[in-house]
Amino acid sequence: MSVLVLVEPAEELSLQALSLARGLGGPVHALAFEAAELGAYGVETVHVAEHDQLSSYAPGAWAACLDQLVDRIQPGAVVAAGTNRGNEVLAHLGARRDLPFAANCTAVGSDGSVTRVRWGGSLLEEARIDSDLKIISVAPHMVEATTVNGGTANVESFEPDLGEEVVRVSGHEDTVTAGISLAEAKVVVSGGRGVGSADGFGILEELAGLLNAAVGCSRVVTSAGWRPHTDQVGQTGTKVAPDLYIACGISGATQHIAGCKGAKKILAINSDREAAILANADYAVIGDLAEIVPAITAELRKAQS
Amino acid sequence: MRILVCVKRVPLTGGKMVLTADDQALETRHLGFTISPHEECGVEEAVRLVEEHGGEVTVLTLGPTEAEEQIRDSLANGADRGVHLVTDGEEWDPQGTASAIVEAVRAEEQAGGGFDLIVFGNESADSGNYQVGIRVAYALGRPVVTGLKGLSVRDGRARGEQEVPGGRDIYELPLPAVVSVLEGINLPRYPSVPAKLRARSKPVEQVTPERPAARLEKQRLVVPPGQGKQAEILGEGPEAAPAVVQMMREIGVAG
Repeated sequence: MSVLVLVEPAEELSLQALSLARGLGGPVHALAFEAAELGAYGVETVHVAEHDQLSSYAPGAWAACLDQLVDRIQPGAVVAAGTNRGNEVLAHLGARRDLPFAANCTAVGSDGSVTRVRWGGSLLEEARIDSDLKIISVAPHMVEATTVNGGTANVESFEPDLGEEVVRVSGHEDTVTAGISLAEAKVVVSGGRGVGSADGFGILEELAGLLNAAVGCSRVVTSAGWRPHTDQVGQTGTKVAPDLYIACGISGATQHIAGCKGAKKILAINSDREAAILANADYAVIGDLAEIVPAITAELRKAQS
Repeated sequence: MRILVCVKRVPLTGGKMVLTADDQALETRHLGFTISPHEECGVEEAVRLVEEHGGEVTVLTLGPTEAEEQIRDSLANGADRGVHLVTDGEEWDPQGTASAIVEAVRAEEQAGGGFDLIVFGNESADSGNYQVGIRVAYALGRPVVTGLKGLSVRDGRARGEQEVPGGRDIYELPLPAVVSVLEGINLPRYPSVPAKLRARSKPVEQVTPERPAARLEKQRLVVPPGQGKQAEILGEGPEAAPAVVQMMREIGVAG
């Protein structure tokens, strides 16, 4: 079964999508919007779309490109990465063709069965897609982007037939961010309800300063207005993948775990030995975080002086 | 402005996923329920737009009888009226959900005039299908933009902002339109006691749509491996600090 894959410009996750697509058989066709060297990822033909309407991102235009390539190639599946744009464009394609779309899959069987993530990865669903053409996005970081030896892809120019798309990126505003980004920090010091107040984060900030860490928080904290939503780690916040995640006074709801389970190690500081976070952590210190966090800061200072 | 916000009732899952014996659903006997987080912000965004421009907010949900609770919560937070598409509790797939919403929108618009804006959450907390809003927009022939962290309306046009690395992408689209929003676009208000009382007497219309066969058909749910490891206790209270710093050195994050 041939497969058509949406390859987003400069998007590593698209390479993971190519790996899953290759597993479905082949040949693999890619829709790209700029020249891309994809032979090493098992792509047989890269269709490079060119059109005035593609000058800035327009989900409807990308979906129309896929739609027209589906007619031409007659693939058994259309695959994209489960990015914001990947999921958006495949939902457009599903709506255009009135076909089901399975978002954020981790595995696809030859019989059309899929395994997909729910609850931001806290639960899996096994499902069947009732359609000859399977429309599937690939959950980020669940499939490895592997290469094949000696592959060279044909590159073909593709001129889609596109009308005017009113929904498109019409401008961009830069935002200046201060400090270390949560998504890229090597260490994250994060606080939950147990921190007690906005002021309570002072001791977390201090520890973070010493560790060159970013400060995060749980959803309870942003809902209470103690910290901005940009600091929230969780299913509906930022997903982090530091070497060490320090969870201070965080109970460990699945909403939160979905955001921090990418951490290599998790240290929980919690007064409750039974807290769910302990079942997701590698290390724990039991007790009052208001005493423990400053003690760790002091110990680090002592070691550094 | 007339705004419709679509919300979903989801369980408050707590610390652990526990399934029913047939692996078809979460065991929710001991759980509370809430509005899926992105949609909670959708309600707040709609109420703020109507506070600014005048008009009316209708909140719609497709869900079991108990989902009236989530409609009443939205009404307490400033929505004016509710539409409840009542189900028997069985899960609906995205296409079925979208068609039922489209039918309800058509009926509502025939009776009370068009919606300038239909607001969804970007994806529901539980099933995370990322598509119902887009399907509704296609069926109604309206422009749609998703994943918004900023939304404003002026002169019959909506301006949406998406967070992307390094900044924000801007979209401008003519009304009527469909949008989906993300948590963080605003901080939803807490309802006052009088607002909760007023919500009890606001109108909620009930419709019972027929569930079509699922085309994305759930077979069973599986709890992923990895739940339930046991943390190594490094100590109790501030005396544990040296052990913590030792661990930090071992994993290479402290000097």
